[in-house]
Amino acid sequence: MSGRLVSRLIIAAAIVVAAVLPIILPSWATLTTLILAKGIVVLGIIILLQAGQVSFGHAMFFGVGAYTIAFWGRYVGPGDLLLFLLLGPLIAMAFGLLIGLFVVRYREIFFGMLNLAFSMVMWSLLEKLYAFTNGADGIRVARPTLAGIAFTPEAFQYVLLYLTLGLVLVVSYGVQRYLDSPLGHMLRAIKGNETRLEYLGVSARKILLIGYVISAFLGGLGGVLVATAQQIATPEFAYWTKSGEFVFIAILGGIANAAGAFAGAAVFETVRFFASAQLANAWQLILGVVLIVIIMFAPNGLIGLRNRRKAQAEVRP
Amino acid sequence: MDSTIVILAICDGISYAALVFLVSVGLSLIFGVLRIVNVAHGSLYAYGAYMAATLSLLVAPISPWLTFPALLVASVLVGAIVGGLMERFLLRPVYHLEEVLQLLITFAVFMIMDNLQRMIWGVQPIFAAEPVKLLPNISILGVNYTSYQVLLLPLVAVITLFGLRYFLRYTLAGSIIMAVTEDREAATAIGIDARRVFLITFIIGASLAALGGALASPTTSLVPGMGTDMIVLSFAVAATAGLGQIEGAAVTALMIGLARAFIIYIQPELEVLVPYLIMMLVLLIRPMGLFGVNRVRKI
Amino acid sequence: MSRVLISARGLKIRFGGVIAADGIDLDVLEGENLAIIGPNGAGKTTFLNMATGYLRPQAGTVSFLGQDITALPPRTITKLGIARAFQIPQLFLDQTVLENMMIAAAAHAGSMSAFRHLLDLPERKEVEDLLDLVGVRAFANRKAFELPEGQRKLVDIALALALKPTVLLMDEPTSGVASGEKLGLMDILTSALARQKVSSVFVEHDMDMVERYAHRVAVWSSGKIQVVGPPAEVLKNTEVREHVIGI
Repeated sequence: MSGRLVSRLIIAAAIVVAAVLPIILPSWATLTTLILAKGIVVLGIIILLQAGQVSFGHAMFFGVGAYTIAFWGRYVGPGDLLLFLLLGPLIAMAFGLLIGLFVVRYREIFFGMLNLAFSMVMWSLLEKLYAFTNGADGIRVARPTLAGIAFTPEAFQYVLLYLTLGLVLVVSYGVQRYLDSPLGHMLRAIKGNETRLEYLGVSARKILLIGYVISAFLGGLGGVLVATAQQIATPEFAYWTKSGEFVFIAILGGIANAAGAFAGAAVFETVRFFASAQLANAWQLILGVVLIVIIMFAPNGLIGLRNRRKAQAEVRP
Repeated sequence: MDSTIVILAICDGISYAALVFLVSVGLSLIFGVLRIVNVAHGSLYAYGAYMAATLSLLVAPISPWLTFPALLVASVLVGAIVGGLMERFLLRPVYHLEEVLQLLITFAVFMIMDNLQRMIWGVQPIFAAEPVKLLPNISILGVNYTSYQVLLLPLVAVITLFGLRYFLRYTLAGSIIMAVTEDREAATAIGIDARRVFLITFIIGASLAALGGALASPTTSLVPGMGTDMIVLSFAVAATAGLGQIEGAAVTALMIGLARAFIIYIQPELEVLVPYLIMMLVLLIRPMGLFGVNRVRKI
Repeated sequence: MSRVLISARGLKIRFGGVIAADGIDLDVLEGENLAIIGPNGAGKTTFLNMATGYLRPQAGTVSFLGQDITALPPRTITKLGIARAFQIPQLFLDQTVLENMMIAAAAHAGSMSAFRHLLDLPERKEVEDLLDLVGVRAFANRKAFELPEGQRKLVDIALALALKPTVLLMDEPTSGVASGEKLGLMDILTSALARQKVSSVFVEHDMDMVERYAHRVAVWSSGKIQVVGPPAEVLKNTEVREHVIGI
């Protein structure tokens, strides 16, 4: 059986598990939605990692998505999920463009730190402007309608799950296409040799900006989905440790392709789910240890583990 | 603005700047040599503070004056043990990996340390204000202020600044660290043992973070999360100054400390924003930081 | 008389105490292969860096077809038609040779799509022909970092050729290439350049190469041009022989 076929079968199996398991175990419906939604955000991190850039502030776009729907509920009134799924990512994209114009001039640690700075500005505004944001308590998000139809809470968690699953498929396909395209390869070329890229007549900043705006879009989309699933938006959504978590998940899953984001998110959220239930006070510690072990023994992530096995298999006669 | 407030703001700013300088110069020093931004640096600051409080509470019944050496002992203990173990067993094995992964190792250490901190010291605030109470208050143009904050902290910062300068310029170990900072390849090519330099630098940097925490401990209540806020702030100072710039870190810490102190009296909600706004403004005009140097890659 | 393509006037730059360019005046003419020779540290690479916008001269101007390009960044100058190959090959090491080349071709064609597959672009055929020309087609699907130094050098030159430049600047094109293959490579290269009507400037240490392939040669010495002329004359010049060639 060819490696490609195996990969496809694994992905198909994962999709089936994500779709069927929550029916058997209803308590898993929201967890699965969270895994998928966070995976979407992590796709954005993976895009930037292609260029060798790590953003320690990407949660700000996640926050923008979440607060778009929160503010709408607070200042406009009830809304429809389809509208939010359009509006959240678009506003995040607009933020991404504005902030991106500034940060794409910097590389490596300065890029990471400037993103961190922007996210800290957003976080502190969300926390301090109590009159508008309820501060650290956050804003409750009411259950939206979908295409005008109102659902019961039980039905809605499944509606949201399958909608998210559908979005994951669309978005993953799109991201994979992008990474294989000239723009995606030029993004990787920034990591490879930015000087040469400029000497081919390409503006590395422009290429990075495109990637940055796409990743902001994905962050916003994930933010809308998570705020809807958890029915709340808090400043925590934009805090730097949340950004670190996304980078963590990206490395955990492996950055070579889109599947890594979801594999990483599944492991991360499941470990957190069980660790916080069984060892309420030690889940962070466990995740930290897992991260160290992954980096030291499988620096290409979970997906890399499989690819490595595949590479070894191909060497055999 | 009345003059009392101006004096208070200046005193606040200077004492705060002294602490921030100690932490950021440690971060900057480590970055200069190891090329790693240590995300766990804020945790070292918090551990320094908690360790200092624990030791202070332990020795205070014997003699309250023993709390001063306790602060110093706490920072060296944390720097040498936590910092040393971290460099030797977690960072050294990953120097050959991508920088992103090295950064993430320090993030993992941050998560672990943050969690352990809650396990060891709990989540209730801890107070250990002995050293501040022991030193008299002084009056500056009619405004009362603790001499611990307005004299001792800046004094320690200035001693650290000049001590580091002297160490890096006029001692053999220091010159070796400088050589590695400036050109790692060339330095290793002439036979410098980079591994030892890395370990020593990391311990010094970690001790400085812990010292900042230890000195801060008598002035504030210790709560979970104190390290989390400090790390981003020291990043901001180090980046604004230009990474690896020691004198620059001092100037920048003072600038940010004063700006923040004044904002607290004018518009307290904006306090947290100040360091980041200054950092963005500076980097917009000088991408390598105020004192950073631009290097052209040979092609 | 041939058209002037690149024209440098009074270029000066110093790094600390070292004067790397001290009043460089040079014209690159259409259709010629201009060799630059001179001892290490004479400022040859610095000249290429200034001509392509990597370094900004502290005084003087560079123009291309009459347009002032002194303050322009490398990407803009590249788009105008000046391509560059490097002394140390500058490749995208984690990508395959074919991907490297396709990125160059896409850049030149302005194919900035986010949906089309890079390897399905119509430029693929030309790119494969170019890889054939410089003799690295066999490595097309290997990652650039897997290639030996000499082959990387060839890919580096092929990348510049994929841009279909008006002028190609090459920094020691045959260094790192096995000595038995140097002549063959330069034969292929110069005939390809002639066929595509690309003028070239190349920094070279091997006087055989200069004599054989250059139409003119410029001799660098401590940031200045000592003499410019046809190789036959310049290489006979006793001062050049003593100081540059070292005979």
